[in-house]
Amino acid sequence: MALRELSSLEKFVGLKRQKKISTQGERKVPVLQNNNGSSLIGLVTISSHLVSEAKKTELLGESVEQRAVVQQWLEYRLTRLDNCSQDEVNIILTELNEYLVDKVYLAGNSITLADALMYYGIHHIISELAVQQKEKYLNVTRWFDHIQHYPGVRHHLPPVIVLRNRVYQSNQH
Amino acid sequence: MKLFVSEGNPQCVKVLAALEHTGVKCDLQLLGHEEKVVSFLSRPVLPAVLLPSGQQLFSANAICQYLFEVGGKEITDTSRQLLEWEATELQPVLLQALHVAVLQGKSSEAGTLLKVTLSWLEQFLSGKSTQFLTAETVEVADIVLWSALYPILSDSDLNAGELHLVRGWFKRVSQLPACTKAVQAILPGKALSALKNFLQKQPALHTQRRENLPSETEEAEHVMTEEEIEVAGQTFSGGLAESRVTVERKHPVLPKEGKRNVLVTSALPYVNNVPHLGNIIGCVLSADVFSRYGRLRGWNLLYVCGTDEYGTATENKALEEGLTPQQICDKYFAIHDAIYKWFQIDFDYFGRTTTQQQTEISQNIFFRLLERGFLQEDTVEQLRCEHCQRFLADRFVEGVCPHCKYPEARGDQCDKCGRLINAVELKDPLCKVCGKTPVIRTSKHLFLNLPKLEGELEKWLEQSFSTGDWTANAKQITRSWLRDGLKPRCITRDLKWGTPVPLEEYRDKVFYVWFDAPIGYLSITANYTSDWEKWWKNPQQVELYNFMAKDNVPFHSVVFPCSLLGAQDNYTLVNNLIATEYLNYEDTKFSKSRGVGVFGDMAKDTGIPSDVWRFYLTYVRPEGQDSSFSWADLALKNNSELLNNLGNFINRAGMFVSKFFNGCVPEIVLQDEDKRIIAQVAWELKQYIQLLDKVRIRDALKCVLNVSRHGNQYIQINEPWKKIKGGDEDRKRAGTVTSVSVNVACLLSAMLEPYMPTVSQTIRTQLQAPDNCASAMLGAEGYFLRSLPTGHRIGTVSPLFQKLDSEQIEILRKKFGGQQGPSKKSSTTETKPPTAAEHIANQRKK
Repeated sequence: MALRELSSLEKFVGLKRQKKISTQGERKVPVLQNNNGSSLIGLVTISSHLVSEAKKTELLGESVEQRAVVQQWLEYRLTRLDNCSQDEVNIILTELNEYLVDKVYLAGNSITLADALMYYGIHHIISELAVQQKEKYLNVTRWFDHIQHYPGVRHHLPPVIVLRNRVYQSNQH
Repeated sequence: MKLFVSEGNPQCVKVLAALEHTGVKCDLQLLGHEEKVVSFLSRPVLPAVLLPSGQQLFSANAICQYLFEVGGKEITDTSRQLLEWEATELQPVLLQALHVAVLQGKSSEAGTLLKVTLSWLEQFLSGKSTQFLTAETVEVADIVLWSALYPILSDSDLNAGELHLVRGWFKRVSQLPACTKAVQAILPGKALSALKNFLQKQPALHTQRRENLPSETEEAEHVMTEEEIEVAGQTFSGGLAESRVTVERKHPVLPKEGKRNVLVTSALPYVNNVPHLGNIIGCVLSADVFSRYGRLRGWNLLYVCGTDEYGTATENKALEEGLTPQQICDKYFAIHDAIYKWFQIDFDYFGRTTTQQQTEISQNIFFRLLERGFLQEDTVEQLRCEHCQRFLADRFVEGVCPHCKYPEARGDQCDKCGRLINAVELKDPLCKVCGKTPVIRTSKHLFLNLPKLEGELEKWLEQSFSTGDWTANAKQITRSWLRDGLKPRCITRDLKWGTPVPLEEYRDKVFYVWFDAPIGYLSITANYTSDWEKWWKNPQQVELYNFMAKDNVPFHSVVFPCSLLGAQDNYTLVNNLIATEYLNYEDTKFSKSRGVGVFGDMAKDTGIPSDVWRFYLTYVRPEGQDSSFSWADLALKNNSELLNNLGNFINRAGMFVSKFFNGCVPEIVLQDEDKRIIAQVAWELKQYIQLLDKVRIRDALKCVLNVSRHGNQYIQINEPWKKIKGGDEDRKRAGTVTSVSVNVACLLSAMLEPYMPTVSQTIRTQLQAPDNCASAMLGAEGYFLRSLPTGHRIGTVSPLFQKLDSEQIEILRKKFGGQQGPSKKSSTTETKPPTAAEHIANQRKK
């Protein structure tokens, strides 16, 4: 999972040469082996490193503030979203939905690493949602659809269909 | 900038220490643990920062990072890695350890919990020559880790291992005035006891994290025990001997004592619409796969369906084509029948609703409802065209929208603003047939008193939900109807084409289709056998499965059951309701009028075999969520799954037998490796059965493909084509591998039967497999048996599938993609059958 995600990210930031990345431990934490023998551990760490190496540091945030917000959502992705229980899923969707009410991206006014990794991490949840739930979490769905159509992001994941018209109105029956 | 912290919260030590250390200016406010600062989070989370821009930060690590950056420090990869480690590896263990130490008072246990994680930090430090974690100076990682570890490392009772280097580093950081100050503010006194209040407010720890995500099932291999492998090997070697002989289907199929009696229906397709692929997978094909599977399982199963023929839409169509409604029905019934035959839908009976039985049974139910006081009379305002001498159904009127003034609003809805309209509210209404202005007339109608039946319905639903299989959407839609409260529903209409209402004062009226269409299931069965009541008035013996698309759910879960409950005649009510979501066409909707999409009658003109259509439609079956049909994907799945995976395996297995062993299945000497693949295949078979028993049609198909994937790997690793040229041992080995493989192929023919009946039969013919092998292997919980014994002679093997090349697909995609010249003017076919759509629309106004 983490490996496919990182390889999609490499393509997204335009890195040509594939890096030597493996996983370790029960939780399958990714490890990047550098040429000089040193290594980096962890999805966020490696992703941030790849972004810097591709000279796309704007993806980490262009201001101090945006950088902090990016890191915060990356941490949220790792600590809250990954391996979360079914009960947690609804809480997470509610929180994100609330947060995204007046936002296009997770951090600032441009796409960042936070959007990409959150998208990779939440894909399996969104793709399982029924239409009704997609409408319930309208802001998440809107953000998700936007990110999956952002050039170069999607790669290894199948597109999730988001209907443009609302199916379930409150006055339905 | 404003910082919110609370006492006794170790996360707040981090930010306060960082604030002191960096010297950044900031307002500070002390709050209680329960106070909520960040509005969008469901639980109160502290520390939190409110930035001048209005942005809120709620992660302590991100706040520390922010403070250090404002203070002019750059965040390095190593810092980042330590922060990530702290959040993902250390925190979960730490919280657990603190919980055990503070709330349960077991300090030694807490120390043990932490050992492994902290030894990683010890090792990390051993690779460093610097004073601090990342540099010679204190950086963000030092502050964060130090604060996190403070309660543990400052407590002498807690032994988490030797940790020389960690303790050395900890001591150096402890000397910073910033750290002392932060601790004094947040954790005064003994650190551990200061945490108590905070820890009690934390949500219960979920130590058991969910390991395998459902989306990763493809990657997750089933881990088998030695015992499982041994048992699978023995079962396999036992062969077919003990299995029973298949019972041939004799019509009429009737419930039998001591058997599992299953009655399957699929939603009745509306007669004058040619069904599109979405309709086919949503109803008839899904029910067909399940019925074929059920028959293989040895259930006593009856599958009935038919065309729904009454109603305004038929009258409308008849006017349009200048035929009588009966002629229209006859014409379109033949089209439906031909389409389902081509798709190999194996109905026990495919009937229609315009029959004498329909009238008798509907009127019988009607009278019973009337006698029992479940019907009530009311008047309804309707538009009537004096020129055409009839009341106008909503779609027969056009006028100016009362909301947005759109001049061509329909009687039920405005196409421009989308709002629902009551036909009598239309400004300047016009009859669509003659163009004259209709007048408002009141008309008497009968209503089914649903509120009176609600209690009984809920009681029954509760039981059916808990004992049967209802798809999640079916339960959800039903619950939302009940939650909103039921209202009386009109069951009569001012029409001619329908089942007549058998009361003198209702002479010119017929039953509203939603009332009598589901009765079609009963009357169609009655046309099949005069013993129809053995199925339909026999809830003790019969299990009823209804298949449909989700828009039809309320009629099957609420309205129709109410009619049957109210009739009080011991009717069989639905036990399992299987509803699909919608199938889209290349990311848009199927539309007849725009010529978009593939319709049932065109599928055969594509040259793609019916079995491949069945395969792909079940592969993308909108199970649990909407899905879409895509030509490129169809070609991809045909080429990768059918040709390269499934077809390739079955063909190789058969070819080895014919080429290397003169068409006779060779001897088997099972080695561990063989038993392993047998066990793997047996496991997939069990999954397949568990899934199909729960009507997870799409998921079960994946198991079939997994079996052939395992088979291909097995052949690839064992290379029988090389071994056959080797010595005696090698040749024997080639024999065993070939023999196991060809038996897997035989099992595949059985598992494919419900999905691809023709291909399944072809495989069995090629392998000359015994007729009863499918039902033997799919019985009970599923057994992978050696159905082709040593010496069995197989037939001629030939390829099963053909490649679909991209040019061919591109031509088809263009052909069916829409905008194909001036389209015939016909009504829009939406993904939902118009019957239900119309009814819902009509009812909304009441």
